[in-house]
Amino acid sequence: MSADVHQEVFIQEATELLQELEQSLLELEDDTLNMDLVARVFRAMHTIKGSGAMFGFENIAALVHSIETAYDLVRNGKLDITKPMLDYSLKSCDIIREMLGDPSMKADSPLAMEIVAFFSEAGGIKQPQQKPKEKEQENKLLKSSNLKTYRVTFRAPQDILLSGINPELLVKEVAELGEASISAQTTYMPELGEMEAEKCYTFWEIILTTDKTENDIRDIFIFVEDDSDLKVTLIDDFTGGSENLKKIGEILVEKGDISQDALMGLMQERKMFGEILIEKGLITKEALDSALNEQLHVRQIRDQKAVVENISSVRVPSEKLDFLVDLVGELVTVQARLGQIAVQENNQEMLKVAEEVERLVWELRDNTMSIRMLEIGSTFSKFKRLVRDLSAELGKEIELIVHGGETEIDKTVIEKLGDPLVHLIRNSIDHGIETPQERVAAGKPAKGHITLTATHSGGSVLIEISDDGKGINKEAVLKKARANGIVSETAELPDKEVFELIFASGFSTAETISSVSGRGVGMDVVRRNIESLRGTIDITSTQGKGTTITLKLPLTLAIIDGLLVVIGGQFYIIPLSLVNECIEFNAAKNRSSSGRRIIMVRNEIVPYVFLRDFFQAEGEAPEIQQIVIIEIDGRRVGFVVDSVVGDHQTVIKSLGKAFKDIECISGASVLGDGSVALIVDVFKIYTEIE
Amino acid sequence: MAKTILTVDDSASIRQMVKFTLSKEGYSIIEASDGQDALTKIGGVKVDMVITDLNMPNMDGITLIKQLRAKPEFRFTPIIMLTTESQDSKKTEGKAAGATGWIVKPFQPEQLVTVTKKVLG
Repeated sequence: MSADVHQEVFIQEATELLQELEQSLLELEDDTLNMDLVARVFRAMHTIKGSGAMFGFENIAALVHSIETAYDLVRNGKLDITKPMLDYSLKSCDIIREMLGDPSMKADSPLAMEIVAFFSEAGGIKQPQQKPKEKEQENKLLKSSNLKTYRVTFRAPQDILLSGINPELLVKEVAELGEASISAQTTYMPELGEMEAEKCYTFWEIILTTDKTENDIRDIFIFVEDDSDLKVTLIDDFTGGSENLKKIGEILVEKGDISQDALMGLMQERKMFGEILIEKGLITKEALDSALNEQLHVRQIRDQKAVVENISSVRVPSEKLDFLVDLVGELVTVQARLGQIAVQENNQEMLKVAEEVERLVWELRDNTMSIRMLEIGSTFSKFKRLVRDLSAELGKEIELIVHGGETEIDKTVIEKLGDPLVHLIRNSIDHGIETPQERVAAGKPAKGHITLTATHSGGSVLIEISDDGKGINKEAVLKKARANGIVSETAELPDKEVFELIFASGFSTAETISSVSGRGVGMDVVRRNIESLRGTIDITSTQGKGTTITLKLPLTLAIIDGLLVVIGGQFYIIPLSLVNECIEFNAAKNRSSSGRRIIMVRNEIVPYVFLRDFFQAEGEAPEIQQIVIIEIDGRRVGFVVDSVVGDHQTVIKSLGKAFKDIECISGASVLGDGSVALIVDVFKIYTEIE
Repeated sequence: MAKTILTVDDSASIRQMVKFTLSKEGYSIIEASDGQDALTKIGGVKVDMVITDLNMPNMDGITLIKQLRAKPEFRFTPIIMLTTESQDSKKTEGKAAGATGWIVKPFQPEQLVTVTKKVLG
């Protein structure tokens, strides 16, 4: 393992931390008193600094140090969050990102110096204020490695109250060190008549799980230790497994409540053990309750710790996952072959096995796919920063609202989705949302909204980018399209087609080219990107009300449901998610007089194309062919094929570099019998025949 | 309601430091320059805690603690003594007189806050 490998891991970790940091900072902007967020910011800064210095990023450590100090003060309620503080923090995220790419970059750029100076100053001014105390984080405690459980027995002198000490406060102080179970013991309580109101007869037993030391616990009792009976005993340091938990008898013996001999003598009897002890008058009910309490506490903490440890995830390089997906793909192929052979042989035993294998492989496939699924929320949250910065630059007030961040989608799809989404959101900010003045004049609230929504829809994910801006100006679009020669001067188009013009290359309606958008490259690239993901893009807009762009994307790119068809003896696959229906097609019957290739399907005119001609297949077409009706962008198109075989679990293989220029075929898949089926790129064919 | 703390010390600078530190924490402070002065100032006020020096003119801290503990309203009041010397004899003497705890001088403002929160809750 070279140092580079570690550096690589750090860069990966830091990049994730930065993202989390940015999100926390942005949330903090809305909720400056949220101490949980402050703690998150501090932790992220702290980790970046600490690991940075270890892996050769002294520059990052130098930059982050002053920021971390400032947030530590905030965390301790000694400093207030201010707007400049957040601005500088966000700027520092950018610098850290640059530094991650270039470890030799010094932390002495003017901006970096400015940031360090700002935070050093902020860190110097202490403004004590009453702040909500940071909540003790149980999970954090449970994750601690040097966790120990102590039994603290505290018996105060009876006149403790007369020295001004409230023993309850001491007990509470102990409990605040960690996770505690407190039991108050009344063994020394006299009869009611002999009781003196000012005396303290109770003693306490606290079972405390903490990462603090015995000395820390004893420190609490500093004023009373001399006169009190204080015992601090280590009872569990989480080294053994749960099965080694102490038995109730062991605890009692250890505490001196019962002797080992007496215990052994009773071990023979078959009653509830604690009850026997009480019956025999060897221990009091309280002593038993307290011991039971201790046992329960240790068990609960262990259980909780186990849960926390189970929740924590494993970090695996994505290549390993990709490889796993490849293997599963191969397995699916082999399984199909096994199934086919079993059917051919008509071997009942083998069929049984084949079915079992099929079930397992499908489960394995679904599981493997789900590992690669990521929540889209992390991608969405990146855009908060984009919206914040851009709207400030353009003098607009815009809020980004995110719905469905928990929607899961394949990692590879998410990776390729980033750029198109950035582009679409930029468009909404630049072209969609008006300036506050314009909005108020139009009777809308000054603040514009962009809503990002992700939802599942069958085998697809729908991502909607919707703004409440001015909408698309149809006239302007048409005018521009005519001027650019994209449509003829006289052509009148339905709304939908007008909107789609903005996806044409070389099209931009912004009057001036800003730094944000308007260069006319963009929407066509967006569409190409989405289509390369086998997705579709749809646009609706109401003038004055806003624009909504809907992306429909497949859940995964590795394995799809396909429709297996045959053309000229060769297998082809059409993505099943696009297929509407299959109907019989009689070429002789359907030959239209005009020679145009259209067919009436349920009273709807559907244009069709002969894939046989398209792929220049050999041989004669059969008399009765099949027509596969596909829906793209809300329009139906028929593809005529020789015959339809049925649905097929399609493991997508790329065709390799030599075939990368082949259009209309997006990949290939291996069939059960080992032959190859080509995957038809229906979008390409669709645009080709348009 | 803000809790009231009585600080008793012949050194004005110590009193000021105690007052400055604890009033920032939201306590209201009454100052007294010695034991005698303290006893006159507590009349009619509810005092939640006393912080007293030991060596003072007119009436020393130990005597003050004894006098306070003899009063019914001060039986359970936390009384913290400030000792310049950390000798056990003084501490024991103070404890016997009824002191709750002690702070050894010189001390940091934070220590004062910690102890105050400890005994006042």
